[in-house]
Amino acid sequence: MKKFCLYFQVHQPFRLRGYHFFNIARHHDYFDDPLNKRLLKKVAENCYLPANKLFLNLFKRYHGRFKIALSISGTALDQFELYAPEVIGSFQELVSTGSVELLAETDMHSLASLVSPQTFKAQVNQHMEKIGYYFHQSPAVFRNTELIYANHIGKMLAGMGFRGTVAEGVSQLLENRSPNHVYTSADRKPFKLLLRNFPLSDDISFRFSDRAWDHWPLTVDKFLNRIDNMDPSHEIINLFMDYETLGEHQKKESGIFDFIRNLPEHVFKSGVHEFCTPAKAMEEIAPAGQIDVPEPASWADSEKDLSAWLGNDMQKEAFENLYALEASITQIDDASIINDWRYLQTSDHFYYMSTKLHSDGEVHNYFNPYRSPYEAFINYMNVVNDLTIRISKKITKKEAIHQSDHH
Amino acid sequence: MRVLMFGWEFPPHISGGLGTACYGLTQGLVQNGIEVIFVVPKAFGEEHSLHKNLIDGSDISIDTSEELLINLPKELRYLKIRSEILPYVSPETFDEAVEKRMIELEKETTRQKSGVKGRKFQFSGGYKGNLMQEVYQYAMVAAEVVETSQFDVIHVHDWLTFPAGIAAKKASNRPLVAHVHATEFDRSGNTVNKAVFEIEKSGLKAADKIITVSDYTKKTLVSKYGINPNKIQTVHNAVLPGKALKPKQNVKSLDEKIVTFLGRVTSQKGPLYFVEAAYKVLQKFQNVRFVMAGSGDLLKRAIERVAALKMSSNFHFTGFLQGESVNTMFAQSAVYVMPSVSEPFGISPLEAMNANVPAIISRQSGVAEVLKHAIKVDFWNTDAMANAIYGILKYPPTAKLMAIDGKKEVKRLKWNESAAKVKTIYQELIHEKI
Repeated sequence: MKKFCLYFQVHQPFRLRGYHFFNIARHHDYFDDPLNKRLLKKVAENCYLPANKLFLNLFKRYHGRFKIALSISGTALDQFELYAPEVIGSFQELVSTGSVELLAETDMHSLASLVSPQTFKAQVNQHMEKIGYYFHQSPAVFRNTELIYANHIGKMLAGMGFRGTVAEGVSQLLENRSPNHVYTSADRKPFKLLLRNFPLSDDISFRFSDRAWDHWPLTVDKFLNRIDNMDPSHEIINLFMDYETLGEHQKKESGIFDFIRNLPEHVFKSGVHEFCTPAKAMEEIAPAGQIDVPEPASWADSEKDLSAWLGNDMQKEAFENLYALEASITQIDDASIINDWRYLQTSDHFYYMSTKLHSDGEVHNYFNPYRSPYEAFINYMNVVNDLTIRISKKITKKEAIHQSDHH
Repeated sequence: MRVLMFGWEFPPHISGGLGTACYGLTQGLVQNGIEVIFVVPKAFGEEHSLHKNLIDGSDISIDTSEELLINLPKELRYLKIRSEILPYVSPETFDEAVEKRMIELEKETTRQKSGVKGRKFQFSGGYKGNLMQEVYQYAMVAAEVVETSQFDVIHVHDWLTFPAGIAAKKASNRPLVAHVHATEFDRSGNTVNKAVFEIEKSGLKAADKIITVSDYTKKTLVSKYGINPNKIQTVHNAVLPGKALKPKQNVKSLDEKIVTFLGRVTSQKGPLYFVEAAYKVLQKFQNVRFVMAGSGDLLKRAIERVAALKMSSNFHFTGFLQGESVNTMFAQSAVYVMPSVSEPFGISPLEAMNANVPAIISRQSGVAEVLKHAIKVDFWNTDAMANAIYGILKYPPTAKLMAIDGKKEVKRLKWNESAAKVKTIYQELIHEKI
């Protein structure tokens, strides 16, 4: 018997508008509202709304036996609120069935875990608040941006009271062990890890409609057949992917919705397998070992490291400039500045600056508003430089007021 | 007196100083009482407002009568589309730019087996959009223009128009003036394109007189092309009057002083020396922002270098600027730097100085011959460049004097005076012919 653990990531970034050097210290509207609205509407129509409808029907049919986990980024929730409130209602209806476990993440889908424990914790709490507000859940399991994980991140999360996290099932973590077990972190034993079975997950999320792939077309029977041939001691199959896989990355015409529709029926017909969600799996399955990850790993590209966001000098420079503002941000109380700084942390901005030239480049180009990583960098830095000026003006003003109070 | 002039670009559609110089020169010639017929291969529609005697080469090539337009719609469309003419690109880059469009046109191309009205030039079945063919096609158009126009002298600008000039001379037996704004050695360093070099040589040979934009360029023609110096006369470029900027209100939004590079980001222009100089200045003085305004094949390297040196909070990129944006850029600038590796003339320091911006220019430039109130450094000497930038930024009297005297100096460089020299050259040539 195996447990199927399905987790889908829902995320949209606030993409920047073309922000020219001439705008610096003049205009402070950084985000491309029309573009963000258009893309969100499109994804809602192709994916969020039809996928939610499909899952709602399946949950009703299987009465709690079929369940999934979702993580919805704070930027995605903000965009639903701004551009398509009906999507929030649709997710709320889905969650109210009791068949969805919501995961916690950084509100801004950021890389804060790599640079600032303080900002990281603040953003996690902000996300927890949003999830509580919209869905009345308090997540027990955390998912970090792009499944970035390292020992120090596990330590922070354990300290914050999380039961465990999800990560990529790669060799850096597993050292030839199978991802199909529950593990614990190396230095915090009660803290659990679920590891993504990336060959099986990618069959659905990347290869599903690839006609050149020798397993095309992928049917549920074919898929389950591979799992039946696995080592019987494997307890859990973690299928983690973007929610946008359903209807957006893999188009409706590919049959992706039918695949999901047929999955529970075939699983239950087998009589042996079942579905579970992360928190339950961490509770029920005994750990098979420890995971020791000194250097951060992720689910991105073939390198499975941080190189998709912090691989080149432009990305590092942009990242350092953004977080150099952290100390000053804490000194001011201007909501619009703080909000802009938060939205600039979304990992997608750094992803657009990637200069990696390989098959994953296609993924990098998805919904990418820029023609080149250089353009992405210049535009982002113009915005960060304007934000820097706004912050320092605020601080100068504050200090001036402070001084005049003294005299 | 009437001159038939062949160029490749005309404001506002320009990619470099050539269009600006042609525009200034024609204005100056008109002021000197000379009529100018200016031919460009592809007019965009806006040039006419600037100069009325502008002939669109792609119209000429198919004749202008309504009947022919109707009879040859395919050829017309064809010519209109092939407008990716950039005077300073190499044939290879041009091929790349045109490649995509040519794929779309593939079907149409194969249909164009027959020549245009059985005229002198034929579109071959396997036509590929490359710059060389454009150049020779332009020459054939030139021969047609000659038949329908009255003129006393032919004047061509740089290699792209040289075959046109040669053809026009042959067809009309009028004297030919070849105006050299840049040579293949300036554009490509030591990796010269042989075909381009050959065209330059044949144009220079066919010319009755050669005008260079600087003594620097004259030397290149003598040493690299073996031209007799007596056949060459330097006529420096100038600045259009009335183009002086009135700095707009509130144009300076940034507190820091801005140091600007403005030009194509190619090896000829030395952008990477500017980056290195910026780094050296920032080691001593942070209250400054550097701007690289322009685009080109070295832009990526410049961006990567700026990121690697971790100076993105003080170094900005604007992309290609033109028209009003150039004025806005100058109006914000405290220092203008032209670190060119090889610059036959270099008109933009004059524009900067005309906008009250002190200029630091490379000694390897023609403009250095006419300017006294600019700081001149060797392009490779980034220490000297950094020192000059620092000096202008830190010592306001220097900046003020340079701005005031520099502007006066630039004001003295008038196109009608340069054009008067050109007129004298025309007169001598016509006189010789008679």
